[in-house]
Amino acid sequence: MSIFVDENTKVVYQGLTGSQGRYYGMLNRDYGTQVVAGTNPKKAGTDVEGVPIFASVADAVEATGANVSCVFIPAAGVRSAVLEAAEGGVELIVVITEGVPMHDEAFFFNKLKTDYPGVRLLGPNCPGLISPGKANIGITAGHIAKEGGPVGIVSRSGTLTYQALYELKQKDIGCTTCVGIGGDPVPGTSFIDCLAAFEEDPETEAVMMIGEIGGSAEEEAAEFIAANVSKPVVAYIAGLTAPPGKKMGHAGAIVSGGKGTAQAKMDALAAAGVRIGQSPSEAGDIMDEVVAAL
Amino acid sequence: MDLFEYQGKQFFASYGMPVSPGEAVTTVHDAVAAAERLGTPVMVKAQVHTGGRGKAGGVKFAADIDAVRTHASNILGLDIRGHIVENLWIEKASDIAEEYYVSFTLDRSAKKHLGMLSAEGGVEIETVAEETPDAIAKIWVDPVDGLTEDQCRQWVLAANLNPDVTDQTVELLLKLYEAYTSGDADLVEINPLIVTPEGKVHVLDAKVTLDGNAGFRHDLAPFDATQPRDEREAAAHAKGLQYVGLEGSVGVIANGAGLAMSTVDVVNQVGGKPANFLDIGGGANADVMSGALEVINNDPDVQSIFINIFGGITRGEEVANGIIEAMNRVNIASPIVIRLDGTNADEGRALLEPHLSDRLMMAPTMLEAAREAVALAEGAAS
Repeated sequence: MSIFVDENTKVVYQGLTGSQGRYYGMLNRDYGTQVVAGTNPKKAGTDVEGVPIFASVADAVEATGANVSCVFIPAAGVRSAVLEAAEGGVELIVVITEGVPMHDEAFFFNKLKTDYPGVRLLGPNCPGLISPGKANIGITAGHIAKEGGPVGIVSRSGTLTYQALYELKQKDIGCTTCVGIGGDPVPGTSFIDCLAAFEEDPETEAVMMIGEIGGSAEEEAAEFIAANVSKPVVAYIAGLTAPPGKKMGHAGAIVSGGKGTAQAKMDALAAAGVRIGQSPSEAGDIMDEVVAAL
Repeated sequence: MDLFEYQGKQFFASYGMPVSPGEAVTTVHDAVAAAERLGTPVMVKAQVHTGGRGKAGGVKFAADIDAVRTHASNILGLDIRGHIVENLWIEKASDIAEEYYVSFTLDRSAKKHLGMLSAEGGVEIETVAEETPDAIAKIWVDPVDGLTEDQCRQWVLAANLNPDVTDQTVELLLKLYEAYTSGDADLVEINPLIVTPEGKVHVLDAKVTLDGNAGFRHDLAPFDATQPRDEREAAAHAKGLQYVGLEGSVGVIANGAGLAMSTVDVVNQVGGKPANFLDIGGGANADVMSGALEVINNDPDVQSIFINIFGGITRGEEVANGIIEAMNRVNIASPIVIRLDGTNADEGRALLEPHLSDRLMMAPTMLEAAREAVALAEGAAS
């Protein structure tokens, strides 16, 4: 089993005709993902290396049965792309695009919650998600992940997500699903959403969580873990030594007013029974012990 | 990006909010000329991207032109929490009967906009929040529904403001919310929002942070030019690199914000001090790598360089070729330690092998590379 996506997932790419969308869409297809459609109102009826292009997500869903959309549209168009995908009838919208204005994110997050409660949003500004051996949607390098289980991964940071997948593969540990939730201020899917899904998934027996400074998502996850997660969780938090008031690359990664420090997050998680690695490698070593003891 | 007070007021004025007439100046001479045009008394206010101006002596009342001259010359060049004052805002002075506080920002936990309103303005809101949290009336606004006049009226009531100015305040709050949303601000704050002895509601200070991501629908250039940056940050910014200057001697280059942050942590963990945070993004081709090395190379404090790359989509041999080519283009003053891992890391390492020397080293793990880079930096310093 896996969470959110599997071998039956059919994906429509909004922006498949653009350079990024085409590049990663084809990589995803090579991985084995069912890449069934692309959209571009000006190029409907054409194709990208055999993948048909439709005028809208609704058309693509009707013709191909696509149930997930992956968005590679430039930031200015993301708000309408997300609303179009929700209206079009997909169950999951994965937004890879970075640089989406905060007010757009806040708007479509709440719009989906109210008007399309059955639709899950992942991102913006995230690497996407991969259920190794089944489906890879987004920009994760598929071959650095070992298929199977028993570990599920949820991460706020792109390269550290890959690092985590790679650490596990080196130790011959498989991954059920790896979800990159992204580092923006209003992430569509939270740590808690993923932890809840991993808790429900019978094949996921342990969870690796990678957080970073800023906000209080890790602290909220810690509370959730203490109350609801029976499976072992191992965490790494980046930014222990980041100076306050400086944005460290991600819009969300900033320590402001003494809040959102890595230490506070580590303390909250440790208090919830989560084992903390001081570096990504150490987190990998701890997970190795956890998996051996399962 | 943070706006100066006077830019924030211009921003608010463009949404129809009442602000005082004033002029932005950079010299004592211009300050006096502005005060003569405006008519005394005026306020002489330091324009810096930090709080605590009043306590630092950066905000003064000037009853006459002589006082303007004195205050302007004292405040220009003043160091306020590490910010040197280069700009002044000369503003027609206002009489104050009451001081309120109001702001809008995103509540990341609730994923809704949070409005805060208080009858206890004029002091730091953190102090009010700590000492008398009940004095702050909060409202959560769903971005889809927006803020209604009825909600505003309830909110003003909850904040216990002077009932005589309810209508004016409601009108101002609606305009402020409009400025916050339509203007793509991350934060709008007025402290204090005043009531004059004549009973007029008036904006006396402005703190505005605009969302740099919304540049495609607003002209942010005038504000971007005023952002304070050290020279290293300006150079990196020009090359499109994500760079944050730090105080140490180990230059850091990594791909991805999380990995770059993690690299800074590991350097600290082994007892070193990073000179910077530098994220070169997902790829690592020769152009990007050369640019990054140039930026680091121009930092005189750097004694060693730690390049930490994890190949994902980008393959190890591309990364290695990028580094080799960049080293041919840029004459690097400090020794480099590389940690290369991920996709095709072995192929990448094999390419680097013939170029290894006491100027270019390779380490198998992040931790070992950090130790090596820190030892080199310390060796150079002693």
